[in-house]
Amino acid sequence: MLFDRRPILLANARIIDPSRELDFAGDLLIADGLIRDAKRGIGAAGVPEGTEIVDCRGNVVAPGLIDMRAFVGEPGGEHRETLSSASQAAAAGGVTTIISQPDTTPVVDDPAVVDFVQRRARDTAIVHVHPMAALTKGLKGEEMSEIGLLKAAGAVAFTDGARSIVNAQVMRRALTYARDFEALIVHHTEDPNLVGEGVMNEGEFAARLGLMGVPKAAETIMLERDLRLVALTGGRYHAASLTCAESLEVLRRAKDAGLPVTASASINHLTLNEIDVGHYRTFFKLSPPLRAEDDRKALVTALAEGLIDVVMSDHNPQDVEVKRLPFAEAAFGAVGIETMLAAGLRLVHSGEVKLATLLKAMSSRPAELLGLPGGTLRPGAPADVIVIDPDVPWVLDRNELKSKCRNTPFDEARMQGRVLRTIVAGRTVYEYV
Amino acid sequence: MNIVPKSSFVLGHRHLLGIEGLSRSDIIGLLDLAEEFVELNRQIEKKSTSLRGRTLINLFFEASTRTQASFELAGKRLGADVMNMAVGSSSIRKGETLIDTAVTLNAMHPDIIVVRHYASGAVELLAQKVDCSVINAGDGSHEHPTQALLDALTIRRRKGNIERLVVAICGDILHSRVARSNIILLNTLGARVRVVAPSTLLPPGIERFGVEVTRDMREGLAGADIIMMLRLQRERMNGSFVPSTQEYFYYYGLDQKKLGYAKPDALVMHPGPMNRGVEIDSIVADGAQSLIREQVEMGVAVRMAVLEALSRNFPNA
Repeated sequence: MLFDRRPILLANARIIDPSRELDFAGDLLIADGLIRDAKRGIGAAGVPEGTEIVDCRGNVVAPGLIDMRAFVGEPGGEHRETLSSASQAAAAGGVTTIISQPDTTPVVDDPAVVDFVQRRARDTAIVHVHPMAALTKGLKGEEMSEIGLLKAAGAVAFTDGARSIVNAQVMRRALTYARDFEALIVHHTEDPNLVGEGVMNEGEFAARLGLMGVPKAAETIMLERDLRLVALTGGRYHAASLTCAESLEVLRRAKDAGLPVTASASINHLTLNEIDVGHYRTFFKLSPPLRAEDDRKALVTALAEGLIDVVMSDHNPQDVEVKRLPFAEAAFGAVGIETMLAAGLRLVHSGEVKLATLLKAMSSRPAELLGLPGGTLRPGAPADVIVIDPDVPWVLDRNELKSKCRNTPFDEARMQGRVLRTIVAGRTVYEYV
Repeated sequence: MNIVPKSSFVLGHRHLLGIEGLSRSDIIGLLDLAEEFVELNRQIEKKSTSLRGRTLINLFFEASTRTQASFELAGKRLGADVMNMAVGSSSIRKGETLIDTAVTLNAMHPDIIVVRHYASGAVELLAQKVDCSVINAGDGSHEHPTQALLDALTIRRRKGNIERLVVAICGDILHSRVARSNIILLNTLGARVRVVAPSTLLPPGIERFGVEVTRDMREGLAGADIIMMLRLQRERMNGSFVPSTQEYFYYYGLDQKKLGYAKPDALVMHPGPMNRGVEIDSIVADGAQSLIREQVEMGVAVRMAVLEALSRNFPNA
């Protein structure tokens, strides 16, 4: 792929840098893949010759988003998504860094597979990709993986992806061992025995549809257990996807006690609820399941307060073969990397979350947790930058999505705000025209 | 002899996917029409011609004797050509998806497909992919609308009315499509519905269905006009949802003693097939208060009514 390598001046912008809590009108200069300057009135006069000057017309310039939880099909599930197609979708959604999950075939539990993902991404993807590696070998929840070697190979965190580790002893040892390497453990908190045959939130709606429910306790019990193990071990821990008010209480207590604990919420759980399942709409079949409206509201409040650290897409491409099935038999998951920001802006327009807070949870906060250099507009930082029109209205057509799969819960949704330009390492990789 | 139904009721829906979505007048219209077929079915000459030239496919993904036979007979008595798809030996077992099956059958131009499937919502999914009418003959734990209609017809014929009757539905409410359809139908017609079950067999949120909930048969059956027993599946008997069949029968099995808690003229129903000695005692099942055989008879009449009422919407009908 050929990219324009000229310097870029993003002029007349509203510059929001959540890493420094800055929000001001000014210009941002990019050259040699780095952010050179961000201040008021750089202007056309103060830039090198040949600079591409982009008039942002008051639109927002922010750090490129870091999506902390995306399931990509490669290796092993290339019919669903490749690193290339995921990166195209990411760029269109303003995501400049994908954190891929280890649930692939083969599993990312070997330094060679970490290396493979990074090389394939380097050769085929238009945004950065950093893999999380498996916390246990084969994602079996039994023996811990080579945390030290995997980290040295480039794994940014350790997780069993969409699976939970049932054995508390395994989790305790992993947290203890990971502490020596300052490795972050990310855990999907759902007790699989309590989930049982459950396919949606437990309650009246599941009962009416004749579907088995997943109780909120499946999540809260696992989270509570984990946080007690964190207290015991001191390992760094991140809850992968919290969904309900009860879990937020547990999280708050652990944070108040000073434990090294953080948490994500998915864009789906922040903007949708169980009623969206309607009559067996499998694109809304998610793990963990969409909860009640009260839980959604609690999550949004927690995001606004900073109790929820990270908003991620939980991007999970599933093709029609596994989605056009009766609800109980259909696969879990929804694509989301391309719509995460637009959906998140709903919370901004409704007045529930400040734009800077949303951007922080999607960029600078994940960068801090994962030790990545992005997520900031500080001069000298890598030029991963996006331009957003936060107000333009549009309607999502799933056939226009860049992902190989179209299982979006936002088909035909009215959106307000979109990404106009995505710049990765100083090169424009996406432009909305 | 050819009996032309007197009722001119037409169901204002293309499919019958559930009781949910039917109005009170839809339900009463179907029951009135079914009454006429009860009479027809008791004659020597049982044939009508209203579905002559029409094709009905019975597509059963789950084994069923009585429902399948009932639909087959109903279709044949109305003059339709009836085909039974035996799923056990078909390509569905070879990995063909439900939607592929629907598209394949649709290409054969059936007029009505009757579907039973083990997954909730599966019949609705299939209905979205075909051009003909679809009747839900039971989908997972969701709905079984013709069962609820035949139960209502049976009750109405014996009690004259459904309004204000106390109906106790007992047993595995959690997994029962019969219970869900009956709760909606009986509430629509103004009955007082109770559910009686151990807490492990009650779906969370049941108290929001407009029913009285109790875990005790004595309390649940007190003053009941109708007792509906539900089947407890074998795999749920031993330790998973209830400790044993013995314990279940002791607390929830309908025997003479528990029947005595209900009104003296209370009637007993069961959608079949029964587990004698698990949810119901043989003496009660075969006793004077049992309506179980009558339910089967009403089943054919109700299914004829549903087929007839849907077919009146067909082009050139």
